[in-house]
Formats: sequence, structure tokens, C-alpha cells
Amino acid sequence: MLTLIGILIVVVGFALRLNPLLVVTVAGIATGLVSGRGPVEVVSLFGKAFIESRYVAIVWLVLPVIGMLERAGLKERAHETIGKIQAATAGRVLLAYLAIRQATAAMGLISLGGHAQMVRPLVAPMAEGAAEHANGPITDDTRAVIRANAAAVDNIGVFFGEDIFIAIGSILLIKGFLEQNGLTVEPAELARWAIPTAICAFLVHGVRLMLLDKRLKREAVANRPNAPDNAAVQP
Amino acid sequence: MITLELIYVLMGLLLTAVAIINVRDDQNPRRFVNAAFWGIYATTFLVGSYLPDFVSGSLVIVMVLVASIGKLGQGVTATTTREERMASARRWGGRLFIPVLIVPIGTFLASTFLKTAMINGAPLIETKQITVISLGLSTVIALAVGMFMLRPPAMAPLQEARRLMDSVGWAAVLPQSLAALGAVFAAAGVGQVIAKLAADYLPLGTPLAAVAAYAVGMAMFTIIMGNAFAAFPVMTAGIGLPLVVQQFGGDVVIVSAIGMLSGFCGTLMTPMAANFNIVPAALLELKDKYAVIKVQIPTGVLLLAANITLMYLFAFSRA
Repeated sequence: MLTLIGILIVVVGFALRLNPLLVVTVAGIATGLVSGRGPVEVVSLFGKAFIESRYVAIVWLVLPVIGMLERAGLKERAHETIGKIQAATAGRVLLAYLAIRQATAAMGLISLGGHAQMVRPLVAPMAEGAAEHANGPITDDTRAVIRANAAAVDNIGVFFGEDIFIAIGSILLIKGFLEQNGLTVEPAELARWAIPTAICAFLVHGVRLMLLDKRLKREAVANRPNAPDNAAVQP
Repeated sequence: MITLELIYVLMGLLLTAVAIINVRDDQNPRRFVNAAFWGIYATTFLVGSYLPDFVSGSLVIVMVLVASIGKLGQGVTATTTREERMASARRWGGRLFIPVLIVPIGTFLASTFLKTAMINGAPLIETKQITVISLGLSTVIALAVGMFMLRPPAMAPLQEARRLMDSVGWAAVLPQSLAALGAVFAAAGVGQVIAKLAADYLPLGTPLAAVAAYAVGMAMFTIIMGNAFAAFPVMTAGIGLPLVVQQFGGDVVIVSAIGMLSGFCGTLMTPMAANFNIVPAALLELKDKYAVIKVQIPTGVLLLAANITLMYLFAFSRA
């Protein structure tokens, strides 16, 4: 049971809102020590895994490109482009991106997306722009809600699209694991059974995006300085 | 041959530039803390492959202490005004999207079509991690195209990268720290302890209970580990195969496919999946680092319920 001390540290640390980087490092070292390893061995294990997972950070190479383009008005342009589409709202922009992200991921094109590559430079500014065109100026809080939703759509789209593609990591992991246990399965069969959940994901999150539009509209009305409700409060 | 190592060196050089720009920024009172943090991180990319594991581990710990006790600050970047950006946006129009789109499209094309390309009898690109290498190469091409098109001051891309890296801050390093934590958890056998606890204490007497325990177990374990791939072997060996499949006769394909997707529901709901949930909050400059998770929780819970229903309906009915 002592092995689980790392989980306890993580849960308590995150709950107390301590710096997650510190919490995770302390949890790792504590878990290593209670498992009977010496301090040198634990630090080495931690260092080795950190170095081996450097590939997850390569996405940051895109920042000079994004920064340079933002400097030249990329967000402003994204904002303006979406404004030309009369029917655009934040929810509809994100619904369209959800559909594209799921469909491309299902074809194995998971690199056609991502928070640094697509959401920050294009999807989030378009969703914000659409909300402004639909409901007028938005507050910083509303802007944050729209951005968080843009990031969420990228995740949900890729998670519940990629498993429909037969050569994706998770399908291969399932196949490999079952083979070790003496069971042979076809990747295409596994991929086929990812489809019902993918449809549910699109429906569930699509409805939530439509509800987001309603909420944004309500907030915009409530925040309007000369809205009748506000005027009525004044003596 | 273009190797992953080359891309790491590129990343190391970018981080070195971020550190140098920070150290020269005397308007940021925390400039030395920022420079130390990014400088150490740069070192792990430039020479990380040659360092002894203990040295790498020690560097990581120093970096964590710098970020958590020293606290990173944010400098001032000389950038364009809103009016300048509006004018530039009008001048360049839709062409501004070209360099942005080069990145994902280039990544896809390079990882698909250069896989088999040969040069002097050796593969052009190291096939291991080809997507990561393709991403790195595409960013270089996008940068070159953008520079040629817009002709900004030579240092502008690095200055802007410094601004963005500083706004992401420590979150940039969190996914790697979590991977390291996962490795320690695996070595210490944390997964086996949890699977045994789940199998011992959860009520598993009926097919529905077993299905629910497996799906919820996948989600919970993913929430703890931050990764459905780590949860899958443990929970499937602990509950999925012995109970749902063998004892109650569930279809192994349906059970394992939907089991994995139940894990993905967990990924939506945990700060431990930092690259999906915490990093974008930092990247989009959200004050609440949990804002993305908060948006995703209702969808995660509803889809988990949907997965349990789907598994229960289909896994036992297929002849």
C-alpha cells in the first residue's frame, strides 16, 4: 500500500494548487524511494524517462512561426475572415472544427490539428470573432470560456476520431496486449467498434456547443450596459 | 539522414535563444530565474542524449526547484501595436494563413511520403518518430516562408517565441515530468496494486457490474496516471479479460476497443494529462489552469456512461 504514496501526494498537491511541476517531481521521488530504490537510482530513473520523452516538447518549435504571424496580424485576420460568414457563432465554428478534427483523425491525419498549431492561431480567434460578430463585444471572462472550449474541442475530436483508424497507437497497443494473452484480433475490427463511441462523442459535445451559444447570448444580453434589466434597477 | 537528434538540437537552440533574450531583458525583475529555467531545459535538448541518467535527473530537479521556488516572471517584448496588426492583416489578407497551414500539412506529407525516401542508400528521415521529425522540419519551412513573405526584423520570431514560451512557463515541461512519474510508477508496480484493489473491493457479480467496473476503472486509472495507454494493460488484465470476457462471455474485440475509449474519457478529466489539458490553458493565456478540464468533464462523464451502455448492449449479444 505504501507504493501508492505518490498518488496521495499528487491528489493532495493538485487539490492545494501547489506548483504541479513540484508536486509531480516529489511524487516520483517518493514513490521510487518507498519501492526500495536508492536516491541515486531514483533520480537516474526520473532523468532517463524525462530525456526519453523529449519528443512531446517538439511542438514548441512552432512558436516562432506563430509569434511572427501574430505580430503581422494573424489573429486579427482570422477574426475578420469569420466575420464575413453571417451565420457564424462561436458554437458553430467549434462544431465545424470538431467534425473536421474527428473526420481527419479517423483517416489517421492526427497531425492536422493541435493546440499550438491550429487552436491558438486559428480556431480560438475565429470562435472569439464569431461570438463578437453575433453578440457584440465580449468580456475577458467570456473570452476565456470560448478559448477553453476551443482547446477542449481539439482534444475531444482527436481522442474520439483516431481509434477509427487501424494503424493508430492505441489500436496497435490493444492488439499487442491481447496477443501476449494468446488472443488474436483484427485491427480493423477494433477500429470498427470505435465508431459508436465516436458518434456519441459528436452528438454529446455538439449539443453542448449549441448550449454554449445560448449561454454566450444570454451573457451578452446581461452585460449590455443599457439592457432593460439593468436600467430597471436604477431608481 | 535527418535524425530526431537534429530536431532536438534545433529545439535546444530555440530554448537557448529564449534564455539569452530573457537574461538581456532588464525590465523583467525575474530575468535570471527565467534564463536559468530555459537554459537548463535547453541543455537537456542539446546534450541530453549523452548525459548520464543521474546528471539528467539532477538537472530536472534543479529546473523544477527554479520554477517552483524561484517563480518565473514575464518580460516585455517589443511587438507591434493593434493598429499596425490591423493594417498588416488587411495588407496580407488570407496569405497570412499560408505559413500556419504549412505546419500541419507539411507534417502529414513528410511523415507519409518521405518514409521510404532514400538518399545515398540511407533513409532520408529516421523512421522512428517520423511524425515528430516531420513536425520539426515543417516548422522550419513555415518559418522560412513566413520570413521571406513578411520580412520582419530578423530577431522578431525569436523575440515572439520568448514571449509565448514565457507565457506557457513551467507548463511546457510538465508533460515530460509526468512521463517520468509514469516510468517510476511502472517500475514500482503502482498499477498492479490498484488493479488488485479494484478486483478485491468492487462488486463484480453481474455482467453489468463487471462492465461498469472495467470502464470506470479504466477512466479512474487514466485520471491517476494521465494516460490511457498505461491504464489499459493493467485494468484489462485485472478486470476486462478475467471477468468481462472469460467469466461472463463478453466479446474481446468490443470489450477492449470500448475499454480503451473509456480510458480516453478519463484523459479528458485529469490534470495529469498535462499536454492535452494544462498546456493549452497556458498556451491560450487562461488564468484558470483547470479551465479546459472544467469544460471537458461533462462530456467525459456522459461519454463514459455511453461507453458502459454500448459495451453492455453489444459485448454479450454478438454470437
